[in-house]
Amino acid sequence: MDPIIILQAGVASGTVLLFATIGEIFAERSGVLNLGVEGMMLLGAMSAFSITVKTGNPWLGLLVAMLAGGLISQIHAFISIHLQADQVVSGLALGFLATGISLVLGEGLSKAGTVSLMPSFSIPVLSQIPIVGPIFFTRHSVLTYFGYLLIPAAWYYINHTRPGMNLRAIGEFPAAADTLGINIYRLRYFYVFLGGVMAGLAGATISLAIAPGWFSEMTTAGQGWIAVGLVIFAQWDPIRAAFGSYTFGALRRLILDIQGPTTILGLRNPFYYNPYWGFFLQMLPYAFTIIVLVIGSREAIRKRLGAPAALGTPYIRGERGL
Amino acid sequence: MDGRQEFESHSSEPPVVVEMRGIIKRFPGVLANDHVDFKLYQGEIHALLGENGAGKSTLMNILAGLYRPDAGEIYVKGKLVHFSSPRDAIKAGIGMIHQHFMLVPSQTVTENILLGLDQPRFILRLSEYHQKIAEFAERFGLKIDPKAKIWQLSVGEQQRVEILKMLYRGADILIMDEPTAVLAPQEIEALFITLRKMVSEGKSIIFISHKLHEVMEIADRVSVLSKGKVTASGVPAKGITRQELARLMVGREVLFRLDKKEQAPGDVVLQVEDLHAENDKGLPALRGVSLTVRAGEIVGLAGVAGNGQRELAQVITGLRKCTKGKILLNGEDITNQPVSYSIQRGLGHIPEDRTHVGTSPNLSITDNVIMKKYRQPPIARGMVIDMNQASQFAQQLVATYDIMVPTIRTPARLLSGGNLQKVILAREISGNPRLLVAVQPTRGLDVGAIEGIQRLLLTQREAGAAILLISEELEELISLSDRIYVIYEGKIMGEVTDGNIEVIGLMMTGTPMEQIRQGVQ
Ligand SMILES: Nc1ncnc2c1ncn2[C@@H]1O[C@H](COP(=O)(O)OP(=O)(O)OP(=O)(O)O)[C@@H](O)[C@H]1O
Ligand SMILES: [Mg+2]
Repeated sequence: MDPIIILQAGVASGTVLLFATIGEIFAERSGVLNLGVEGMMLLGAMSAFSITVKTGNPWLGLLVAMLAGGLISQIHAFISIHLQADQVVSGLALGFLATGISLVLGEGLSKAGTVSLMPSFSIPVLSQIPIVGPIFFTRHSVLTYFGYLLIPAAWYYINHTRPGMNLRAIGEFPAAADTLGINIYRLRYFYVFLGGVMAGLAGATISLAIAPGWFSEMTTAGQGWIAVGLVIFAQWDPIRAAFGSYTFGALRRLILDIQGPTTILGLRNPFYYNPYWGFFLQMLPYAFTIIVLVIGSREAIRKRLGAPAALGTPYIRGERGL
Repeated sequence: MDGRQEFESHSSEPPVVVEMRGIIKRFPGVLANDHVDFKLYQGEIHALLGENGAGKSTLMNILAGLYRPDAGEIYVKGKLVHFSSPRDAIKAGIGMIHQHFMLVPSQTVTENILLGLDQPRFILRLSEYHQKIAEFAERFGLKIDPKAKIWQLSVGEQQRVEILKMLYRGADILIMDEPTAVLAPQEIEALFITLRKMVSEGKSIIFISHKLHEVMEIADRVSVLSKGKVTASGVPAKGITRQELARLMVGREVLFRLDKKEQAPGDVVLQVEDLHAENDKGLPALRGVSLTVRAGEIVGLAGVAGNGQRELAQVITGLRKCTKGKILLNGEDITNQPVSYSIQRGLGHIPEDRTHVGTSPNLSITDNVIMKKYRQPPIARGMVIDMNQASQFAQQLVATYDIMVPTIRTPARLLSGGNLQKVILAREISGNPRLLVAVQPTRGLDVGAIEGIQRLLLTQREAGAAILLISEELEELISLSDRIYVIYEGKIMGEVTDGNIEVIGLMMTGTPMEQIRQGVQ
């Protein structure tokens, strides 16, 4: 129960949430809600692991996972952008489909044994900084370090670049963007694709780095749903998303570790003596997610949180009224 | 020979910059444009008139590349063009300022102007562009803060952003769809100065408006659409009268005179005492408003937009809570009561936002007109709604109030503004209200529809209803009202009974009645 270790592990496992959440932020900022994150992550985890088993090359596994996530997300893109169907229904359907595919193709994969994983290393100078060094820069996977770079990059892209400005516009008021010649459909397809790629990456991060292996649905264990909740909690902002992801990662780790020692701070540890209490702890992140999703589905609250105004509504040029 | 329009300039005539020929556009159930020809010369302000639903916006959306015509040709500066998106139109120099502003509320002025452009390539250094855009705006005499977010701006300022957006893209043909509908009189003056400046620089402008005096003031030539067809094309605006314009639009004489019967008002129906309320941002919007409306009188409330009129209407109709004060309807306290409570006691409401508050856009006309009646027989039969009764009722209203609709099953959103407003009025009036609160009841409507709505209000007055009329159209207020209150920053400045426009104007800018009286003596 060393806090440094919990935090270090928290950052590692938070990286999974970070990728998925930032990916979903991009999709939602463009106006498309994709509830299939969990399924896409699972597909990513499965394809990354199985390709790595077959080829021995985790980088190839990673690449295929990202492609798989991106490609399958296009089903949702087509249904919700082109056919203008309900995004909630289409996203859920995508999630089931991706989950199904992963379980079928992942059959027998759990017995594959060990594979070579994404490399981990410490960063020379930075790892020497007290507290920060051991938590953030010691023996992390290359993917975790990539996550650090992604946070400011995503934030900068959304707020300080021309494509980012267009992205915000199509999620807020697509009709205005359309009259200025911005191709709403193309951009929405692209950002849904990006969301899928990031979900695939998140899945690969689990199976190739954080909790290596294939454990069917338990590989992702609902983290895709937590990511969907985190998007709202983060108010569609990558920096807040990072904060939320790492906090949740640390929390997950804490919940596991707290059941280990017989005493905590010199007191009898109730979670050690009543192991089933641990289940309630493990439930907490999901309970939080449900609460955030319920609260976040209220129109008025969404507005106050700064949800993209056109989130969830298909764009139809020249549509009257509404 | 006919295939190509020459880009020529005859002896004195300026060149034609836009020519539309034989434009046809169908929507499900309507022929919005029926073989429309339209010609715009360089350096002119060309007014496009027509009743609600005549097809003006449709025609202009085609020219702006937003809709594709079913048939017809468009020539811009002599060249045949096929626009497949607004981007193509903008490239050809055509910029449209839409009836509903196309601005992203959460973004800044600068961002809205830069949206969709190729420059800057990737990194957005807004600070550089703030400067550039401020200077650009200055050149056209349009003052604007480039750093402000759109939602913080007044409608007049938002419109300036729209104009700048188009100018910045190098548009030299500007389409303005009802630009003055939402502006205060001073803002309209400022807009006209800008428009004149732009044509003096060689730009050409298409100007859509329902306000005929504006058309006579600003336009060089006038074209009129009626039910999708051109009824007048490029008539010089000089010397044309309001009556002539109205006849061209509506196809009949429009009387600009209302016969308002002399009648003595009855008992006090609405009494508002020391009302205080906050606006959406939590700032005080009403600071002690007191007024009364009696049976059989129309009481006007004048004021520049944003001085608390909206909040007052909302508080009286139960859509907003007040923080202090009292509202009595026929002597009964309805302060902060639910809306249904006031409706049962005879409240009728014609809200400002007719598409979202006044109607439910996706429901049929039938559903919309029974909204206040579906709980009572004969439309309610126990737990069920008698659809036969409902349809009969809707059919009867459509006939009585002369509402032009394809069928009573048509969704409300497909109606033109005038007809939608008539649906709301029909619903409210059919309940025989004791009190009718009408907010901007004629905004955006054509002269024929305005006449119809005003008549209906006067009929209600004769029938003994108390009417509170909130409007920014002074002319309308003066011709309809028996008395006029003026509101300024949430306070009543005074009351006018003789329709003295100067006194009203002074009070609208914040001079209280007492001060004006002292000044006179
Ligand atoms: N997107 C659409 N779908 C279906 N019908 C439409 C659509 N746009 C316009 N219409 C119909 O086409 C006709 C012309 O509408 P348009 O908006 O061009 O009228 P307008 O002259 O601009 O009227 P107003 O003065 O009220 O703005 C109307 O009957 C309208 O109901
Ligand atoms: Mg129009």
